[in-house]
Amino acid sequence: MKISRFSLLALALAGMTSAHAGKTIDTIKQRDQISIGISSGVPGFSAADSKGQWTGLDVDVGKAIAAALLGDASKVKWVPLVSQQRFTALQSGEVDVLSRNTSVTLTRDASMGLAFTAVVFYDGQGFMVPAKTKVTSAKQLKGATVCVQSGTTSEKNMTDFSRIHKLNLKPVVFDKFDAANAAYFAGRCQAYTTDASGLASVRAKEAKDSKEHVILTDLISKEPLGPLVRRGDDEWLAVVRWVVHGLVEAEENGITQANVDKLKADTTDPTIGRLLGKTEDTGKLLGLDKEWLVRAIKAVGNYGEIYERNVGEKTPVGLARGKNKLWTDGGLMYALPVR
Amino acid sequence: MSPAPRSPLIPPRPAPARPRAGWSWHHPATRARLWQVLALLGVVTLLGWLVYNTQTNMAARGIQSGWDFLGQTAGFDIGEQPIAFESTDAYWRAFLVGLLNTLRVALAGIVLCTLLGALVGVGRFSRNLPVRALCRGYVELFRNVPLLVQLLVWYLLLVEFLPDTTEAWSWGHSIFLSKSGLVLPFPQQGANGWHWSVPAIDGFAIDGGAALSPEFLAVLAGLTFYTAAFVAEVVRAGIASVPHGQIEAAQSIALSRWQTLRLVTAPQALRVMAPPLTNQYLNLTKNSSLAVAVGYPDLVSIANTSLNQTGRALECIAIVMAVYLTLSLATALLMGRLDRRDRARQEP
Repeated sequence: MKISRFSLLALALAGMTSAHAGKTIDTIKQRDQISIGISSGVPGFSAADSKGQWTGLDVDVGKAIAAALLGDASKVKWVPLVSQQRFTALQSGEVDVLSRNTSVTLTRDASMGLAFTAVVFYDGQGFMVPAKTKVTSAKQLKGATVCVQSGTTSEKNMTDFSRIHKLNLKPVVFDKFDAANAAYFAGRCQAYTTDASGLASVRAKEAKDSKEHVILTDLISKEPLGPLVRRGDDEWLAVVRWVVHGLVEAEENGITQANVDKLKADTTDPTIGRLLGKTEDTGKLLGLDKEWLVRAIKAVGNYGEIYERNVGEKTPVGLARGKNKLWTDGGLMYALPVR
Repeated sequence: MSPAPRSPLIPPRPAPARPRAGWSWHHPATRARLWQVLALLGVVTLLGWLVYNTQTNMAARGIQSGWDFLGQTAGFDIGEQPIAFESTDAYWRAFLVGLLNTLRVALAGIVLCTLLGALVGVGRFSRNLPVRALCRGYVELFRNVPLLVQLLVWYLLLVEFLPDTTEAWSWGHSIFLSKSGLVLPFPQQGANGWHWSVPAIDGFAIDGGAALSPEFLAVLAGLTFYTAAFVAEVVRAGIASVPHGQIEAAQSIALSRWQTLRLVTAPQALRVMAPPLTNQYLNLTKNSSLAVAVGYPDLVSIANTSLNQTGRALECIAIVMAVYLTLSLATALLMGRLDRRDRARQEP
C-alpha cells in the first residue's frame, strides 16, 4: 500500500511529460484500451464478482464510455484504487478517467488538476449503527467513536456535524475501506460513517444479519458522485460528460438495451432519431462516430437499467431510486439535451 | 572483545607517503576528484530536472502547490491528542499531533522492546531447556511473520474479544478495559492543585483518566513483540561475542553467574550491541508508519488525510520524509554519542 502510493508519486513525476492537453483520446485510440480507475470493492458500484469480472454502477459507466469511444465495452483496463491513490493516479495519467464513487467539491475541481464531468449518483453522508444501541438519530451519538475511511469528504463532514451539534464524536481513521469495515463490525466503533450508498453496500456485503445494523435517516452532507478526468483536455472531458448525459436522456426517451436496435430501425421520433444517430450525427462533434450512444446503450442499458441492475431495490444493496429518479419523476437526474 | 593493549613491541604505523605535489591528469587523485565532480553535477542536474518538470507540469494541469496550506484551518478531528487539537486549528498543528503520536508509540516501543529483547536474548543462554526453547521459539515466530500481519492480528484480538464500552471490564471502578481501550486513573492538575482523575462510564464513552486506545495498544504490542525478536538476536550475538576465556576467568575468581553477566559479559557485549541496536530502534520508529493500517492517528495517517483534503501530495509526503529522516538521524546521533562515551569510559 505504502509502496504503491510512493510509486504513484514517482509515476506522477515521471509521467507528467508524456500527456498533453487534447491528446487523451488519441492515446486511448492508439492503445485501443481505456484505463479506468475504480474502487477496490464497494458492491453495487465496483466490485469483482466470483469470476473476477468487475461489476457495478461505476463500472457500467466506464463500459459505456469504452463502447462509445472504442466500439467495445471490454476494451478497458480496470485499475482498482484506494481513496488516497485515486487523484494521484488520475493526475499522473495512470488512469484516463476516474469512475470511483467520488464526490465533487470546489477544492477538488479547482485546485487538484481534475475536471468534473457529470453526476451519476446523488448521495449524502449518513451513519450506520448497530440496531441494539436503539439510536434513531445521528444527534444521539454524543461522545461516540466513529469509524471512517481516510482520504474522503466524510472525515470533514463528520467533524463539522459534530461541532454544530456539540457531539464530540471521536474519529478512528483507517486508510482502507476494508479495514474500516472490519473495525466497525468487530465493535470498535459505535457508528460507521460514509456515503449512504456506501453504508448500504457495506451492510449488504459484511453484516452477518443486515437487520442488526440500522442506517440512520439523517444525511449530513451533499455528495454528488461522478466521473472525473484530468484538467486541460476538453475534448476528452466532453466525451465522458456526454456519454453520461446520453445514458440519462436514453432513459427519458424510453430507449433500453432491449429495444435500441428496433427503435433505431423504426422510430419516427426526431429526438430518438438524433440520439441514435439516425438523423443527425452528434458523434462527429465529439470526435466519435454516429453510433456512439447506440453502442453504449447496447453495452449497459440506459441510466435506469444501470441503476436497477447494480444498486436498485432488487439487488442486495437495495437502494430506492430516491433523488436519483429522473427529473420528470421528481428526482434530480436531468440530462443536458443531447442535440 | 577487550581492547588490545598498546604494546611497546609494536612500532607505530608509519605515516602514509604524502601525495606528490603538482597537478596532472595521470595522478589518480586528480582523476578521482574529477569523477566525483561529474557525478555530483549529474545528480544535481537530475534533481533540478525533476523539480522543474514537476513544477511546470503541475502548473500546466492547474494543480496548486505551496506550503501556505499549513496555516489554513484543518477542519478534521483527530481521535488521539497528546496536545489539545480542535478542528478549527491549523494543518501544522495537526501534523504536530501526528508527530507526537508517532513519537509516543515509538518511544514506548523502544523501551519495551529493549527490556523484552534483553530478557529473551539472555534467556537463550539459560541452563534450563524449556526456557531456552521458549526464547528461541519466540524469536523465530515473531521475526518471521510480517509486521503488518502482526499488527492486524493484535488489533483484531483487541477489538473482537474485549467487551463493549458500556459493559467494560473494570477493576475497582477505576481501571476499565473494553473495546475503547484501557482507561486508567491519571493525575490531573485542577483548580485545587493535583488530583486523580478517575474514569467513569458516561453514555457511549468512558470519561476521565488517561485512555490508551486499542489502536495505540495494537501498534505498541506489534512493534514491541516484533522488534524484541530482533533485539534478542542482537543481545545473543553480543553475549556470544565475549570470548569464553573471559567467563572462565570470572569463574576462577569465584564470581557468581549473575556477577559474571553483570561485571564481565554485559560491559563487553554492550559495546558490540550498540550499533545493531541503533538499527533496530530506527526500524521500530520507521515501522510505526504502518500504524495507519489499524487506524492509529500517527504522522502518516494525518499526512494522508491532509493530502486528500488539500491535494498537496508532494508537500505532505515531503513532510513525512523529512520527519522520518530527522528522527532517524537524531536517533543515530544519540546512540553514536552514547557509544563513544561508553568507549571513552572503558579505555582510559
